[in-house]
Amino acid sequence: MRGLHRGEARAGWLLAAPALLVIAAFFLLPVVAGFALSVTDFDIYAIGDPELVRFVGGANYRTLLSEPLFWKALKNTLYFVLLGVPATMGVALAAALGVTAGVTRLKPIFRTIYFAPVVTTLVAVAVVWRYLYHPRFGLINGVLGLAGVDPIAWLADPRWAMPAIVLLAVWKNFGYTMIIFVAGLQAIPEQLYEAARLDGASAWQRFRYITLPGLAPTTTFVAVITVIGYFQLFAEPYVMTSGGGPVNATLSVVLYMFKEGFRWWDIGYAAAVAFVLFWIVLAVTLLQTALRRRAER
Amino acid sequence: MSRGRLRLLAVLAAFAAGCGAGPRSQEAVRLWGLGREGEVVDELLEPFRAEHPGLEVEVQQIPFTAAHEKLLTALIGDAAPDLAQVGNTWIPEFVVLDAVEPLDPWLERSSVIRREDYFGGVWETNIVDGRLYGVPWYVDTRVVFYRTDLLAAAGCEPFPRTWQGWLECMRRVKALPGGERFAILLPTDEWAQPVVLGLQQGATLLTEDGSRAAFSSPEFARAFDFYLQIFDERLAPALSTAQIGNVYQQFAEGRFAMYITGPWNMGEFRRRLPASALAVWGTAPLPAPGDDWPGVSLAGGASLVIFKSSARKAAAWQVVEYLSRPEVQLEFYRLSGDLPARVSPWSDPLLADDPQVAAFFTQLGRVQPMPRVAEWEQIATRIFERAEEAIQGSATNQQVLAGLDRDVDRFLAKRRWVRARAEGS
Repeated sequence: MRGLHRGEARAGWLLAAPALLVIAAFFLLPVVAGFALSVTDFDIYAIGDPELVRFVGGANYRTLLSEPLFWKALKNTLYFVLLGVPATMGVALAAALGVTAGVTRLKPIFRTIYFAPVVTTLVAVAVVWRYLYHPRFGLINGVLGLAGVDPIAWLADPRWAMPAIVLLAVWKNFGYTMIIFVAGLQAIPEQLYEAARLDGASAWQRFRYITLPGLAPTTTFVAVITVIGYFQLFAEPYVMTSGGGPVNATLSVVLYMFKEGFRWWDIGYAAAVAFVLFWIVLAVTLLQTALRRRAER
Repeated sequence: MSRGRLRLLAVLAAFAAGCGAGPRSQEAVRLWGLGREGEVVDELLEPFRAEHPGLEVEVQQIPFTAAHEKLLTALIGDAAPDLAQVGNTWIPEFVVLDAVEPLDPWLERSSVIRREDYFGGVWETNIVDGRLYGVPWYVDTRVVFYRTDLLAAAGCEPFPRTWQGWLECMRRVKALPGGERFAILLPTDEWAQPVVLGLQQGATLLTEDGSRAAFSSPEFARAFDFYLQIFDERLAPALSTAQIGNVYQQFAEGRFAMYITGPWNMGEFRRRLPASALAVWGTAPLPAPGDDWPGVSLAGGASLVIFKSSARKAAAWQVVEYLSRPEVQLEFYRLSGDLPARVSPWSDPLLADDPQVAAFFTQLGRVQPMPRVAEWEQIATRIFERAEEAIQGSATNQQVLAGLDRDVDRFLAKRRWVRARAEGS
């Protein structure tokens, strides 16, 4: 009997081996290498001559904490997350309710329309959005102008650049979240709505007491992955504001890491930035799940 | 985090693959040209190809914004071309990587490239620790572009030659009637202006061996005070390039009367200014703090370097020599508007009879290289980032310069260690 079990176990490991190997090679190894780099001063001198690498312990981390630019990047990223996550989830939920409740024949069309931005290339989208944001000829200022609002230099004004990036990110990403919400909505039993309707519950009451609680697990999941994704803000400012401008108003933590690593070639320091971001994201995610558990109790 | 990291690795891999892939004939000399120069150099090389039927030259055009990253990635990935156009401030970095060929032995045997026929300050930029690593291809420096009508109205003619005269002129321009106007545009995200003023006061920026910062020196502090006075008196707007919006339109409307910028803007001004403003702009060499006009400006531009990994260095050197011929330099100016690095082409009427070009010729006689350390680009970026704190008034000048010294000393820590280690062994 035991021999058979061991045989089964071996077969199990054998079947899992390809996946485990891939994970080890492409996930564990880079993470370990990244951490190893973050405690060295690997930089352009080390690229030229590998003997010029030193173990520096926590020096990169100490420098990081005393670097105003890092704090600025972290503040910008938090601003983006705090503004972007609720906006994305709100729009996604509204869209999900819309495409679930609407006329049956049009549902797939709207789902496709809302999902299209998710699968388009960001660089191509950025070109279009740069036109939309153009201070003089852009559609957005044109519409605002009709309402008597003075032109806004969206991407050039430090106060407006981040909101402009948030708007683009929401538009680009809400379709994905919407699809998850749609799946969550379909999992809520129709009988509950029928029963509520028989009891004379209004549309708002049905939403508040059936839809929202029914969506709770979905909402937690969506919130966690959106927060994780938005903490990694990179491509939007990289292409829209030529790498974090104006005056570093859209410099995100990942963008800061990229610049330190691939512009100044302070690879060790950049790896330290990556690890700090990892701990921040982990802490925020744990906090979210803890809050969720308390709410369930 | 892991996703971001993987994405970066993927980008790196793609860079390397992009550099290595594609048709690469064994015979051809591969040249990387950047931006606009990369476009015209192919045409420029046509006569060379006719002269050397057995020699193939393959030009690859690299966008300027991506050039620095691409070159470094290619070097690390062992996919460097035979020769390339590089910004002359990048050369110290390539020397650290041991990637570029010292050119002194080649120069000795050359009958085409003669050191005396180059602007001294520009030639200097190619020398790191006493060895020559590049040949200047075109030059770049900063002069004042100004509105001749506004300065005439303010009684500033001829263009001031001392800081004192310049400052008074700015005040008079500011006081001219006709709406909100600034005397000068000094974008707060550019390092060249405070650095150039510092050089004019005799500041060395770094200590002589490039191992420590020297921004708190009295020389640089004097220049920095002058730079900030211009903002404090609201003679210049505290705005970055992006915040200004369309510089050409603002200049045409007379929103500012002076602008310290480089040769590429001659073409831009001619292309982009409306007809009304085309006749009323001129250029002038920089004023000096004392009476030693013209004031020092920076020695920028691009050089041609040959990579150590190249198997066809002799052929690559032939290309460098060809592109350095005076008549080819002149043709290059005709095609691209880039100013020749050699002095002799400047006597051609095309350049000599152009009054807007004349200021550049005068200025190029007095230019200085930036400190030749691999960390310079990083230091330069930090200069304007720190200076902005002083412009916004969130720190005093002394605090800002002390902070700048601290940051730059940190950037240079590795350099100090590497040099101490080299001396020890």
